[in-house]
Amino acid sequence: MKKFLSGNEAFAEGIRLARPQVISAYPITPQTIVVERLSEMVEDGSLTAEYVHVESEHSALSCAIGASAAGARAFTATSSQGLLYMAECLYYAAGGRFPIVMMNADRSTALPWNIYGDQRDSLSQLDSGWIQAYAENAQEALDLALMSYRIAEDKRVSTPYMANLDGFVLTHTYETVDIPDRSQADSFLPPYETDNRIDFDNPRNMAFSAGPDTNYIFKYKEHEGVLAAREVIGETEAAFAEIFGRRYTGLTENYRTDDAEYVIVTLGSIAGLCRETADKLREKGVRAGVVRIRYMRPFPNEEIADVLRNAKAYAVLEKDISFGNEGTVFTNVNSALKKAGVDVKGSNYIGGLGGRNISAADIEKIYTDIANGADGVRFIGIGGEDNGK
Amino acid sequence: MIEIIWLGRGGQGAFTAAKLLGAAYTADGGDKYALAFPSFGPERRGAPVRAFTKLDTKPVADRSQTEKADYIVILDDTLYTPQLRSLLKENGRLIVNSKTAIDGAFTFDAEKISGELRLPTVNTVMYGLLVGLSKAVSAENAAMSIREYMPAKIQERNISALLKAAEEAAV
Repeated sequence: MKKFLSGNEAFAEGIRLARPQVISAYPITPQTIVVERLSEMVEDGSLTAEYVHVESEHSALSCAIGASAAGARAFTATSSQGLLYMAECLYYAAGGRFPIVMMNADRSTALPWNIYGDQRDSLSQLDSGWIQAYAENAQEALDLALMSYRIAEDKRVSTPYMANLDGFVLTHTYETVDIPDRSQADSFLPPYETDNRIDFDNPRNMAFSAGPDTNYIFKYKEHEGVLAAREVIGETEAAFAEIFGRRYTGLTENYRTDDAEYVIVTLGSIAGLCRETADKLREKGVRAGVVRIRYMRPFPNEEIADVLRNAKAYAVLEKDISFGNEGTVFTNVNSALKKAGVDVKGSNYIGGLGGRNISAADIEKIYTDIANGADGVRFIGIGGEDNGK
Repeated sequence: MIEIIWLGRGGQGAFTAAKLLGAAYTADGGDKYALAFPSFGPERRGAPVRAFTKLDTKPVADRSQTEKADYIVILDDTLYTPQLRSLLKENGRLIVNSKTAIDGAFTFDAEKISGELRLPTVNTVMYGLLVGLSKAVSAENAAMSIREYMPAKIQERNISALLKAAEEAAV
């Protein structure tokens, strides 16, 4: 069924179809609508779940961990300071191998306080052990919601899953979304079954401490679990395409990269404008391409190295800065290239912080800059003629 | 691409109109794509708000606020300023809810219709004017968008408002 929905509403529809048994959440702009819709669905009976209103984000994820430890499929959602407030629990969820799904509405971090979109919140949590996906549009948001549990709950993975939607630009923007049938969704995603749960008939030790001798083994296995998601994401997307007809492309999505000389690597909802700009530049004879990173964890090391191998230059465009260094996505991309022995000139463009608009002209300038040999880290709009305006 | 900027005050339903238009445009499927979004930020009753609808025959890649519109629809004439014209494309049009004429704008006293139908807001009247003037969507699809996305209790009155206004504008 086709509906005109916002990213938040589309994600809520995907979660409804995934049948979580426990939803615990604390509202925060711009995530609020996803949890409002889910509480309405629980109220009107279209979703059978325990909806728990908690007093903070720390409790929201703690509650989801408890639910998952009881063998339930659990969901929560947050944004920005809320994600940072629950940060302690992110590590508990990952280390406990609880396949919780969380939607994060990507929003800037204080101070200065700001409710608008950038990706500094989720990218700051790359090391927490969660799978991290970034949606581009409302349809992909819904589809990620449905695929997320199948990936997270796979026994090879057993890892929590964070689906990121750019605040406002995606969470609050309405577009046409195809909502799958309940029966199709059920055939795609079976109920959650696990041994990693409290069971009085088969008691086991859970959420224990582990000393220096064994702790690192658990960390190694945690790492293996996230790495295994790479293969499981591919399998899940193939099964998804079979049932729903929409095909996704794994950890990255490439656009006109086969013969591209100049490539922008980015993530999230800005990718569409990058593709449109690449098309325009191609009409002028510039061989431009776009790589959209769909998953930051597991990181697409091989995909990035393969696609940039024959480029003349690339730029990473991201809504993030790791102060005192560079954007974190840039760091990850460079590491992928170094490991693969790919030596292509790269530069880093920081934009969209605190919701600042990134225009088609900004993107075109990135392509012309890198074609003219730009390097280093640049903040869009700072420096040059329009310094800071 | 056809781009519409909606101007209203918080609570007047400018964003609802923006959304209904997007839903109407894409209702038939095929090569019809739309985005609708409000000016992002905290919502306050009475404060000026903007909303945007973008209609195209290919997926809309640019999610940023419209800088040059085909239509600017103003639900409250206290929000009208001549500077708004700089946001219009060359042949763009202003549609204003106003009892007094504004040079170069299509003005209409929307309260005439909303009052008659006991509607507290003029958003579906202004939606109807846009439909009548722009023909961006059919009146049938516009009515269908109300039926699908507005609460049942207020659908019929809003559809009447839409259709009356569309007729007025088409004259």
